This record gives sequence, C-alpha cells and structure tokens, in this order.
Amino acid sequence: MAIKTDAVGKKYEPVEYVVGTEKIREYTAATFDDNPLSNDEEAAKAAGYPGLVAPPMFAVVFSSKAAVPAMFDPEVGMNFAMMVHGAQDFTFHKPVVAGDRITTTASVKSIEENAGKGFYVYTTESVNQDGEPVCTADWTCIVRGV
Amino acid sequence: MGFTIGEKIEEVRVTPDKYLPHRYAGASGDFNPIHIDKEFAEMVGLPNTILHGLWSMAQVQRAAIQAAGNDPTRVKKLSAQFRGMGQPEQEVIVTGEVTGEEGEHITLALEAAQGENRIIRNSVAVIASA
Repeated sequence: MAIKTDAVGKKYEPVEYVVGTEKIREYTAATFDDNPLSNDEEAAKAAGYPGLVAPPMFAVVFSSKAAVPAMFDPEVGMNFAMMVHGAQDFTFHKPVVAGDRITTTASVKSIEENAGKGFYVYTTESVNQDGEPVCTADWTCIVRGV
Repeated sequence: MGFTIGEKIEEVRVTPDKYLPHRYAGASGDFNPIHIDKEFAEMVGLPNTILHGLWSMAQVQRAAIQAAGNDPTRVKKLSAQFRGMGQPEQEVIVTGEVTGEEGEHITLALEAAQGENRIIRNSVAVIASA
C-alpha cells in the first residue's frame, strides 16, 4: 500500500504559549538541570536577562502544543499505534526568557516510505512577542508497517 | 575556549528514579501511556515503562551546556536519533567529543547509553565558542 502524502506542505493554525517562571523550574527539576540561569532569578538578572532563561530544549514545551495536533491530523493519517519518535532536530535562534509570549506554527515537512516504514517529518517554527525567531524544530516520527 | 578536535567533553551521569517519567510528563505535556503506565506498556509488548526520548535528549543537552561553559544560550543546535529504549532506575551516561570548529562555532558528537544500550545516537550539538 502506498503511503498517503497529500498532507505534505500543510500548515496549521499558530499556537500561542506564555513562558512562566515556575514552568521553567518544573522543566529543569524534571530534567535535573541545576543551571543557575534557568533556576535562580537573581543569577539570570545578574547576567542581564529580565527573568529565568529557559533551557534550549524547553522549546519542547511550547512547540509540542503546535506539533501534536499536526501529528493527529486525520488528513496526515499517521498510525499512532505503530509509531515511534525517531529523531529530533532543534535550531535555537534566540534565548527564551520567562514572560516571553511564543507563537508556534507547525507544518508537514515530508512523508516518505522506505523499507516498509513511514517517515513523517513535522516542522515547528516558534517566534517571540517581537516576531523574532526563537526555535525551529524537526520532529521525525517513524511508523512500522505502512 | 581552546577546544581541540577529538577532545572528550565532561560526562553527564544521572539515574532517573521510578517516578521520573511521571514528573517529565507533567513538565513537558507528553502523557503517552508507554512512559507512565506499566500495564499499558506491557500490553504493547514493552518490558516496562520507557523513558521519554526527549528527556534522554535533555541529558545530552546538559552535557552540551556544560561544554559551553554552563551557558545555555550558547547552544545553537541540537539533534538526536532515538534508538534503544531507555528504562527508569538505570544510570544514563552521556559522552561526547569535539568533532569540529568552524568560525565562531564548535561541533560536538554525543550519545547517551544505559550500559550497552545506546539510547541516543548520532547526536550533534553546535555551540558558540564564546
């Protein structure tokens, strides 16, 4: 059965996320990240930031809110029961700081079949309240037995 | 920063406790039951709940931040492939080395393993050299 590729290029509605101080601390606690810039407001301010600096991969928290609806889109038709997260690629353009208002737009980058597996790649692009890009991410999902 | 190609970076060693995947689920918003529900995990053929790939990748990120002089804003790119499935209550060791230097940037190759099980492979980080 040929894999369905109609959704390649499809773009989704932007999703807004406001970065909270305690949410950053919740993320650093769960990832054992004790970096002062991401945990101690005084340290972040002393380094010239208005609030806690989110660890780069905090991007997962705000960009997944845009990526997940794309992954569940019936038009994409990805079989979740047979899906594994295969790879992840982040480019960090600018630090994210507590109080930032991040808008993320997801799209379907590519859908390919190789050796009986489906490779679904989604891209998320996140910008801050000033319209500056903060993170671009590629999410690769692999589906066995397409 | 005085990096040398082939130079090993400082390791990260961490043992996720039994309930860590629950806390990471809350922190990240990823409540896929394979990470938090043993019965569900067994039903889909896994031996136990498994670690979130993005949690393991966050340990690779910690190694990259350390290499960047503990400055998270100097990490410019991070990519990884998820291969072996990580288990709670087993030590994760992240290792890496410097593979290149181009202009203002240093490239690192990293991986994370639990014993012989290499859970994150072909990870590449690009960090600003200053």
